Amino acid sequence: MSPTTARQIGDDLLRPLLHTSWRFYLVVALLGGIVASGLGAWAYQVYQGFGVTGIRWPTYWGFYVTNFVFWIGISHAGTLISAILRLVNARWRRPVTRCAEVITVFALMIGAMFPIIHLGRPWLFFWLIPYPSERQIWPNFRSPLVWDFFAINTYLAGSLLFLLLPLIPDFALVRDRTTGWRRKIYGVLALGWQGTTKQWHRLESAMQIMAIAIIPVALSVHTVVSFDFSMAPVPMWHSTIFGPYFVAGAIFSGIAALIIAMAFLRRFLHLEDYLHPVHFENLGKLLLMMSLLWTYFIFAERLTVWYGNEPSEMAVFWATQRGEFAPLFWTMIVCNFVIPFPILSLRRLRTIAGTVVASFTVLVGMWLERFLIIVPSLSHKQLPYSWGVYRPRPVEIIITIATFAAMALLYVLFSKVVPIISIWELKVGGQSMPVVTPKEEREADGLWRARP
Amino acid sequence: MAVDLDRCTGCEACVTACHAENNIPTVGDTQAARGRALHWMRVERYWEGEFPDVRLKFRPVMCQQCDAAPCEPVCPTYAAHHTDEGLNAQVYNRCIGTRYCANACPYNVRFFNFFNPSWDKPLHLQLNPDVSVREVGVMEKCTFCVQRIKAAEVQAKAEDRSLKDGELKPACAQACPATALVFGDLNDPESEVSRLSRSPRGTKLLDDQGTQPKVTYLQRQSSE
Repeated sequence: MSPTTARQIGDDLLRPLLHTSWRFYLVVALLGGIVASGLGAWAYQVYQGFGVTGIRWPTYWGFYVTNFVFWIGISHAGTLISAILRLVNARWRRPVTRCAEVITVFALMIGAMFPIIHLGRPWLFFWLIPYPSERQIWPNFRSPLVWDFFAINTYLAGSLLFLLLPLIPDFALVRDRTTGWRRKIYGVLALGWQGTTKQWHRLESAMQIMAIAIIPVALSVHTVVSFDFSMAPVPMWHSTIFGPYFVAGAIFSGIAALIIAMAFLRRFLHLEDYLHPVHFENLGKLLLMMSLLWTYFIFAERLTVWYGNEPSEMAVFWATQRGEFAPLFWTMIVCNFVIPFPILSLRRLRTIAGTVVASFTVLVGMWLERFLIIVPSLSHKQLPYSWGVYRPRPVEIIITIATFAAMALLYVLFSKVVPIISIWELKVGGQSMPVVTPKEEREADGLWRARP
Repeated sequence: MAVDLDRCTGCEACVTACHAENNIPTVGDTQAARGRALHWMRVERYWEGEFPDVRLKFRPVMCQQCDAAPCEPVCPTYAAHHTDEGLNAQVYNRCIGTRYCANACPYNVRFFNFFNPSWDKPLHLQLNPDVSVREVGVMEKCTFCVQRIKAAEVQAKAEDRSLKDGELKPACAQACPATALVFGDLNDPESEVSRLSRSPRGTKLLDDQGTQPKVTYLQRQSSE
């Protein structure tokens, strides 16, 4: 690779860090306003009592737990996909990995907020933490909620490391390219990176270790989240399929979120030279596979329940298939299968616009899926006398909207202070286009060994 | 506890007595319509047959004090736990309000405090000093009037004797005009409640859930 193109990559990708347009402030103000209203809604809920939500006997879990599962699901975009793509050494991954890892970290942070928002007494959330107390009381390690606490924190710590490790050389680059206060801050963040062979070697092994370690962690996180439901003797929750079903759904919605984030970045940061249609096409293929897998899972789940014909489960089954939840259920099927399937399977439609449309419907469908797992079961438990309904109230709706704004806001702010595409990985990759021929692959390998 | 469904008239005196004894807040009609009412004890009504040939059946449902209670293991803070005497205790001060126990309970007999408690006047003047008032955000449920059990045990110990059968009654059993509710010690094979629990009419609510409830329902035999 010629020095000019390397220079060009650096210039292009550092531009958002060094130049800020008025549009940035406008977007931040808008998103910040929505996030602030969400925080206000939460403060109102804490002050007034949980009664301002639509939660009621016996449907004690609603929008908040839906959002929790949804956002933890979105977090599977990143680390898992980027770890797999790194391990199989997919060359087209280079401009994609960091966008994905950032989604993971922020979606986890947002998702992990919900168990606290959802608590009756959120100021006592720290009782979930096993800290030595003078009363010698520990959390109940038999509770799936405590398992959740550990799983999510492990995943958050792991994906933060996984995000930060490949950032070090880029921080060093920013440090070397800037002056003044930027140089100081990025100098600290770069952790004394000099680009020596030893440092590259250590970074390489650390990333390899993290890539391998993070995959079982990612799979276990959503399995544990599914245990929140499948451990309880509630009709249609108490199912062995929930672990893999939740993980498949999580990766499914995660890829959709990644495609949307990449499309926005490409448009607003002018990264057309780095994020190519082929990236969207490849991710679209992954999305297609996950759509088929998800459809298989929901088919298997529904079929076994219907065939088993257990009365309390059938009450939930019919409530979702043709009862009060049927409109939501069939919308979910349309959003997760009927619309994405043709778009993603026909090459002509698997364009940037096509994959983005499919991703939007998948996000809607997956959110509905989480809702349809939680609410119909709780409102149709074993005793018909205690069946109930659930209607969300404004507080829950505002907080839900605010989390989407929070995700966008965090993403916008992050892409302002950190190169959202890994500069050094693009440079060692030699080119941002995917390598297709074996000869080019060998060349690229040579570059990797030569270090940038 | 044993519940004789033949004797229950559905008068709901037990519900009222339970509210009075256990300082259960009244939430008002608006909130009650939104499903925020707390009824540790409820009388379920089931209509059978087609009009005009209908028959009405009642079933009082309270916490079944399960031996294998699904609510207990899911609580992350041990707020729901099993006492040595076999009761399902709810430690209000330890509850952080995940409401997971209520989801796990197949009987839906656990209730959440959506607001800080309040009482319609003049009910606020008759709070029971033996029962703590629960804060917003915690779960609560039937305790089998544990305060009465403890008081009777202390009295018996002071008099250096064991508890007599029928010496104490929870508020619901005390208020029941038809004596449909019988409370006692299931460990004592001679007690009235043990005798009734062995009855061939005896069934457990949702027995197939494997929760091993301590409440036995004596099924109706009369046709009216």
